[in-house]
Amino acid sequence: MGDRIFKQAVTGVALLIVTITIALGVMLVWQSWPALKSMGFKFITTSHWNPVLEEYGILPLIFGTIVSSFLALCIAGPIGLGIAIFLSELAPRWLGGIVGFLVELLAAIPSVIFGLWGILYLVPVLRTQVEPWLIEHAAGFPLFEGPPYGVGMLAASLILAIMVIPILSSVCRDVLRAVPREQREAAYALGATRWEVIRISVVSYAKSGIFGALFLGLGRALGETMAVTMVIGNSPIISKSILAPAQTMASMIANEFAEASSDMYVSAVIAVALMLFVLTLIINGFARFLVHKTAHPTG
Amino acid sequence: MSHIRIENLSVQFGDHQALRDVSIDVKRHAVTAIIGPSGCGKSTLIRSINRMHDTIPTSAVSGKIFLDGEDVLKMSDVTALRRRVGMVFQRPNPFPTMSIYDNVAAGLRLNGKQNRREMEERVVKSITQAALWNEVKDRLHKSPMSLSGGQQQRLCIARALAVQPEVLLLDEPCSALDPIATARVEELIDELKSRFTIVMVTHNMQQAARTSQYTAFMYMGQLIEYGNTTELFTKPKVQQTEDYITGRFG
Amino acid sequence: MKTSLRRRLSNRLFLLATVGCALVALIPLFLILGRLVQDGMQSLNWAFLTQMPAPVGEVGGGMANAIMGTGMIVGMAMLIGIPLGIGGGIYLSEYGRGQLAFWLRYLSDLLAGTPSIVIGIFVYVLIVVPTKHFSALAGSVALGIMMVPTITRTTEEMLKMVPRDLREASLALGISQWRTILSIVLAAGSSGIITGILLSISRVAGETAPLLFTAFGNRFWNTDVSQPTAALPLQIFAYAISPYDDWQSQAWAGALLLIMLVLCLNVTARFIRRGH
Repeated sequence: MGDRIFKQAVTGVALLIVTITIALGVMLVWQSWPALKSMGFKFITTSHWNPVLEEYGILPLIFGTIVSSFLALCIAGPIGLGIAIFLSELAPRWLGGIVGFLVELLAAIPSVIFGLWGILYLVPVLRTQVEPWLIEHAAGFPLFEGPPYGVGMLAASLILAIMVIPILSSVCRDVLRAVPREQREAAYALGATRWEVIRISVVSYAKSGIFGALFLGLGRALGETMAVTMVIGNSPIISKSILAPAQTMASMIANEFAEASSDMYVSAVIAVALMLFVLTLIINGFARFLVHKTAHPTG
Repeated sequence: MSHIRIENLSVQFGDHQALRDVSIDVKRHAVTAIIGPSGCGKSTLIRSINRMHDTIPTSAVSGKIFLDGEDVLKMSDVTALRRRVGMVFQRPNPFPTMSIYDNVAAGLRLNGKQNRREMEERVVKSITQAALWNEVKDRLHKSPMSLSGGQQQRLCIARALAVQPEVLLLDEPCSALDPIATARVEELIDELKSRFTIVMVTHNMQQAARTSQYTAFMYMGQLIEYGNTTELFTKPKVQQTEDYITGRFG
Repeated sequence: MKTSLRRRLSNRLFLLATVGCALVALIPLFLILGRLVQDGMQSLNWAFLTQMPAPVGEVGGGMANAIMGTGMIVGMAMLIGIPLGIGGGIYLSEYGRGQLAFWLRYLSDLLAGTPSIVIGIFVYVLIVVPTKHFSALAGSVALGIMMVPTITRTTEEMLKMVPRDLREASLALGISQWRTILSIVLAAGSSGIITGILLSISRVAGETAPLLFTAFGNRFWNTDVSQPTAALPLQIFAYAISPYDDWQSQAWAGALLLIMLVLCLNVTARFIRRGH
């Protein structure tokens, strides 16, 4: 009797969680339908975002989102993997414990605090020191052209890089630890140095898991909102220069949703949320597939 | 007279036939030992008596098990059955998050007995019955994990006794214990038999010979021979039994 | 034959490089924490904790309303997230076979990876639009939903680690299955579950994006759950992007307070896990 009620209760909870998640997807599609229907494919292929004329093209947002996340991964990827190798292969237990703990603390810092630090500390340093130097020494190289705003793609990528390092290093570490002992021993038996063992047997064995970690980091970076909003400059433009301001899907939502006045405008912003949701869903799904493949080679 | 009467019991887990057509009469207020090589179905047999197989979805049990004439397999209230038939497991398994006292009280509390004084009496009585009182009386509210293996096992016996069962099922209760702790538990079993019907699974023939009045020998899921312990060990009727107790066995 | 010099050198070099990676990652941590302590300490005082925000142009004031708001929103989020998360975890570990379990696992992973701002939008449509009010309750629902996947997963994992022995011991005492799960199994896995809960609280307590269109923020004292409500992260955000020095230093103080809260929860959680 009690057993049946209890089972029904937890089954109800399980159903509720499933329903909420499905409702989330359905609600996004339903609410964004008016904008998607009126814009069609132009929604993602054009660059004009003009609520007054009811023109909604989010190409610059897609560009800003993907480029900022990609740059962040280019910076954070090697560092995260390096930390993972250090933690799983080299560091003595006590040191690994301390470093691992500190890196996890980095993960615990709220996004808005990264943003605060970024806008009041990192951005001024970029504007007054780093960017002028880059502009001067890379004269003519399009990646570093234009005035030193401080805020912009570079600042956003740096902040995102710092924010995704913890997830990259912790997933990579788990993946590396799952590499069987025999793999290492086989390489040692060939007379390989420690680094060679790591390179030829450990890292290559764990390759797909490491890619999985990168994609998990990507999923995290794509949806990151507050810190990016605070340092990216929020201008929906596509520029060759990484010093120029930009805008991501998440930062646009944060900036404009509260101001969206007409129904169509609201619908368009929700459509951006839907795009972001679908993008992270695909990236995360792929990432989990890769990580799972390495961590459970048979399954 | 018989307390538990098992008729044509068969148990299957998925494709695996664990028990085949076992019939046996368990006498009241005596110790019945079940012996046999590992995998012969000893544990499966006693776990049928308190319906522990209910927790395994692939299990199928057929036959009849009468407890004082009532068919166990047809009872609708399994928890009530399990209060009448207590069980002690192979490895001591006290609840790690509860104190020694709370472990013994657990069955009473969760079965809805609330009267504090009554409960305290019952807990003390059960611990005393389990011959553990002198060893734990000063640390009743400490964790059971600080006790030795033998003490933990006697605590588990006390926990089972607190619910006041009629039958006590012991599933190789001494297999994880050292010889001295084993001797204590065997003594305890001997004392308890005057009040409880005890069915004990053991892989240790000496233990069966020392502590039980009746012994059943099982092999490959079937009951081979069952009878008075002294007779079974001195004049076995079946060749397989003789081979097993004399050690001439696979 | 000796290992060539080149190989030995590159061995050293790359091993050192991994140490370098660890250092590079820790530099921003220390820079951020250093800034927080240095700039935050100046404004983090009794007035900050007990006073309301000062009007624009006036010096002083505090974040009492935001502290209260965060407490209220996170408290209600716990009331939503913890029972749902634990219930889901119990379902997965105790009854979790078949279709529903598959979908629950899959969708709670999906929910865990969903950007927090998207959850904010969802709750806006779900609650703010029908009630025509930004509210603390809507903020709590958003944060509560975010807590669910973590708690579900840790609960499932912890319960699955509880040995079969213990369940059988309890069942054999004639304790019913649901009481066994609640009093024996859940208790045995409690330290891990509490760790998961604390970690999820520490995560949502610092979230800003899901509150932007739900709790919305409020410059005044409010304890009505159906009204717009201030929260520490929202206030930090508002002050951080403002052009006033005074507000920026308040933002630092708020950030210091928030990080102390978050790190305390986080470190406590890890400490509990290590204790067992």
